[in-house]
Amino acid sequence: MAVLVIADHDNAHVRDTTNKTITAALKLSGDVDVLVAGKGCDTAAAAAAKIAGVRKVLQAESDTLDEGMAEAYQALVVPLMANYDAVLTPATSAGKNIAPRIAAALDVSQISEIIEVVDASTFVRPIYAGNALETVKTSDAKKVITVRTSLFAAAASEGGSASIEKIDAPTPPTHTHFLGQEVVKSDRPELAAAKIIVSGGRAMGSAEEFQRVIDPLADKLGAAVGASRAAVDAGYAPNDYQVGQTGKIVAPELYVAIGISGAIQHLAGMKDSKVIVAINKDADAPIFQVADYGLVADYKTAIPELMDALTAAGK
Amino acid sequence: MKVLVPVKRVIDSNIKARVKSDQTGVDLANVKMSINPFCEIAVEEAVREKEKGVASEVVAVSVGPAQAQETIRNALAMGADRGVLVQTDADPEPLAVAKLLKAVIDEEKPDLVLMGKQAIDGDNNATGQMLATLLGWPQATFASKVEIEGSKAKVTREIDGGLQTLEVDLPAVVTADLRLNEPRYASLPNIMKAKKKPIDVKEAASYGVDIAPRLTVLKVTEPPKRVAGVKVESAAELVNKLKNEAGVI
Repeated sequence: MAVLVIADHDNAHVRDTTNKTITAALKLSGDVDVLVAGKGCDTAAAAAAKIAGVRKVLQAESDTLDEGMAEAYQALVVPLMANYDAVLTPATSAGKNIAPRIAAALDVSQISEIIEVVDASTFVRPIYAGNALETVKTSDAKKVITVRTSLFAAAASEGGSASIEKIDAPTPPTHTHFLGQEVVKSDRPELAAAKIIVSGGRAMGSAEEFQRVIDPLADKLGAAVGASRAAVDAGYAPNDYQVGQTGKIVAPELYVAIGISGAIQHLAGMKDSKVIVAINKDADAPIFQVADYGLVADYKTAIPELMDALTAAGK
Repeated sequence: MKVLVPVKRVIDSNIKARVKSDQTGVDLANVKMSINPFCEIAVEEAVREKEKGVASEVVAVSVGPAQAQETIRNALAMGADRGVLVQTDADPEPLAVAKLLKAVIDEEKPDLVLMGKQAIDGDNNATGQMLATLLGWPQATFASKVEIEGSKAKVTREIDGGLQTLEVDLPAVVTADLRLNEPRYASLPNIMKAKKKPIDVKEAASYGVDIAPRLTVLKVTEPPKRVAGVKVESAAELVNKLKNEAGVI
């Protein structure tokens, strides 16, 4: 039984989410191939070929694949599935956009956001915003799976020596047209891959205050910046900062929640972090029930003190 | 232009789901149920298109038990014109829901399907994409802005790390993300008016579609609980613990 992984990459680099999805795929089968679809993606394909455990890399290039167009991915992947028993993609926005199309075209149920592979047809996945875990067994011959990558270790980026096979791109879709894209550029690590995340909540009160308080602390720790949905909805932080059930699901080594009360939907997005720190002036805030270290204090005094303490500790 | 909005009856988003002690599922007995929040956003968007004079009719469709009529009434109170309930006591998977919706759409022939990106119970985020595939229509998922211009829709989508804009030819399937709009509260007169709007109830079996489950739920369990740690007295103590006890900085 062979398994195909659809790589998450930016043509030059393969994202960590791909390595983690490969770990999940290797629990299904020893024969794991990786599809690198984009434009000018030789470097990413070469990087994918070096990941430990990969058998073969398939490389396809076209504008519509590069734009992440779901119809193009469906046209590319569905014929490939003649050779595979399962296809896995990280449960990123891009992955969630395309995987259900592949499933519907194959007439199979999608198995969404798995966090554990029990056996080749049995998986564990969170439901109800992570308030319950469902163990499901599929009866479909082909499996289409999205992977919640924060719960899988990354396959090593070195050690593999897979061959790279170029395959033809499909005919582009005719009823969908790409008009443009704005991707936020940042020197900070990406939320999904960051080892440390500093997140701010509604207590910040304004976008200016959010940047004044959260950004310097994140930079001092070499951390990514996150936000609660309340802070995003209030316009204090952009939507792609959002950590939670409706935003990004993260599991860093250290998660620092500042002025975040800890709504269920936020906890669903970060409760698998290794160490959680909460700073909140409300001693009864639910965030303290999941925090390893809680500091009951107003962020206005606590953060300057924290910055000084970090400096004193050589940070 | 006719807009069709699928709506799902789910546990109210302010209520914490509790796992049944026999591990067969989540306890929904005597729990407040509401319209799925993402479906509500889709209804709002459709009604705004009607208020702008772009949409001529908004049809709310639900696949679910008899009580899902309440969910449809909710959409009607917000401004949808009529409803269709595809009645089933099974809990169909996204693929089955997409097949039933396709059967309804083959009869209704809307120009646009506006729906939530995911339901907050199963958290699959799949039905819209599956429906677009079965219909052979273009899709624009995770929409934060929708502009209808003649026979096209310009859709701004939330993607990893930013925003993307697509133009899709109608008919198309558009799925709503959180920031598309803020749904209105239905006024009392509109709630009363909604009681008189028609809902067509059809048995799911009457569509002759295969909705047999493909997945068997072996068990539903509580996630591992995190235990609260310690409270520290100062920022200096916090840094000391993070460095010397947890070893994460």
